[in-house]
Amino acid sequence: MEALPKEYLGILLLLIFGVLFGVLTLLVGRFFRLSRPYKEKLVAYESGNEPTEAPRMRFSVKFYLIAILFVVFDVEAIYLYPWAVSYDRLGLFALVEMLLFIALLLVGYVYAWKKGVLQWEK
Amino acid sequence: MNIIMLLVWILILFAVVMLHVAYATYFERKIIGHMQVRVGPMRVGWHGLLQPIADGVKSFFKEDIIPENADKPTFLAAPIICLVAMMTSLAVLPFAKGWVLADIDIGLLFIFAMSSLASYGVVLAGWASNSKYSFLGGLRSMAQVISYEISMGLSLVGVMLMAGSLNLTQIVEAQGDSFLGMYLMPQCIGFFVFFISMLAETNRVPFDLPEAETELVSGYSTEYSGMRYAIFFMAEYIGMMVMASIATICYLGGWNGPFEVALFPPFWFVLKVYLFMFLFIWIRATLPRYRYDQLMDLGWKLLIPLALANIVLTACFRAILA
Repeated sequence: MEALPKEYLGILLLLIFGVLFGVLTLLVGRFFRLSRPYKEKLVAYESGNEPTEAPRMRFSVKFYLIAILFVVFDVEAIYLYPWAVSYDRLGLFALVEMLLFIALLLVGYVYAWKKGVLQWEK
Repeated sequence: MNIIMLLVWILILFAVVMLHVAYATYFERKIIGHMQVRVGPMRVGWHGLLQPIADGVKSFFKEDIIPENADKPTFLAAPIICLVAMMTSLAVLPFAKGWVLADIDIGLLFIFAMSSLASYGVVLAGWASNSKYSFLGGLRSMAQVISYEISMGLSLVGVMLMAGSLNLTQIVEAQGDSFLGMYLMPQCIGFFVFFISMLAETNRVPFDLPEAETELVSGYSTEYSGMRYAIFFMAEYIGMMVMASIATICYLGGWNGPFEVALFPPFWFVLKVYLFMFLFIWIRATLPRYRYDQLMDLGWKLLIPLALANIVLTACFRAILA
């Protein structure tokens, strides 16, 4: 336990507490609630009709593109955090360096825009 | 602080937050009611004041339906993932000076991590239900949350630049010497981006596409019923509270106010959080829902460039002033 700073102990306890609360409310509810399942009730909802095809259908490739772009930009944001926190100590050099970094990123951003990745409906 | 103190603190925190969540639903129904010239809940207790408790008790007695085609373990775990992720982010919020469970140096990063984890709950719920509406809701929610997480993360870099810390207590204290003791004015672009992203991250109107009831029934939670549905609901409201708290801490100066309230240090904090909760509800009563392509356009083509410009501007100003 020495390696674990005591602040994180509070987080860990809250996490355990949250799990317990979620599981226990569902378990306790089991003693009160009804359970009368029948076939129609257990079918996936589709406006009262029988489900027509497999629900996990093929979906648009645009969601993948968004996911890939997300990785690029999120990694960028992660690089910006330590820079932002220690900015006052780093001086002008940090500013120039970060401007270069953002400029490079903007090139990629403009490229993605021109390629139509950000255009949801064509 | 020993372990008993921690547990007591957690229990109090939990009880207070749950009470606020319950009454946030009442607050929302009442305000929307009055904005639409209705009276809202009136029957249970004086002016419907016991309504949230009645709702809570009711959801205990409701049947818990698990669709036969659902992926059962994932279906059962999804609401709990949502709730736990949202609740754990409460640990790092400073409600007043020293009123914080875990005063960690990476507070803001921790909040981001937890809100990303909560979106896992939503995606898994959508996938595990094995229903078309849930699936589409989960898919939309994922794309929306990751898109707006970028603009939200970038908008807060301005605050980090000014405060020089990710620790939420230090961010509040660093705001002391700026205008009105808030970062609202020097970070107005950042705040604008953050506020819109906050609405999108919590799936609130006008960005409630994951649960757009006119097209997707109830989105990812279509197949959920009873207490499981209530847990999703709680997670959503805790998420709203957490986001409102982050906005208060990063832009409105946290617990600092025009004068000290001696007996109740978090007075200003609570007031500001409720200001944001009111804004959430006001917007819900006023605005129609966005279309999905408009939502994506707004996030990627307006908010991200704005947030980047805000970073560059803030950095330049800091360099000139320093």
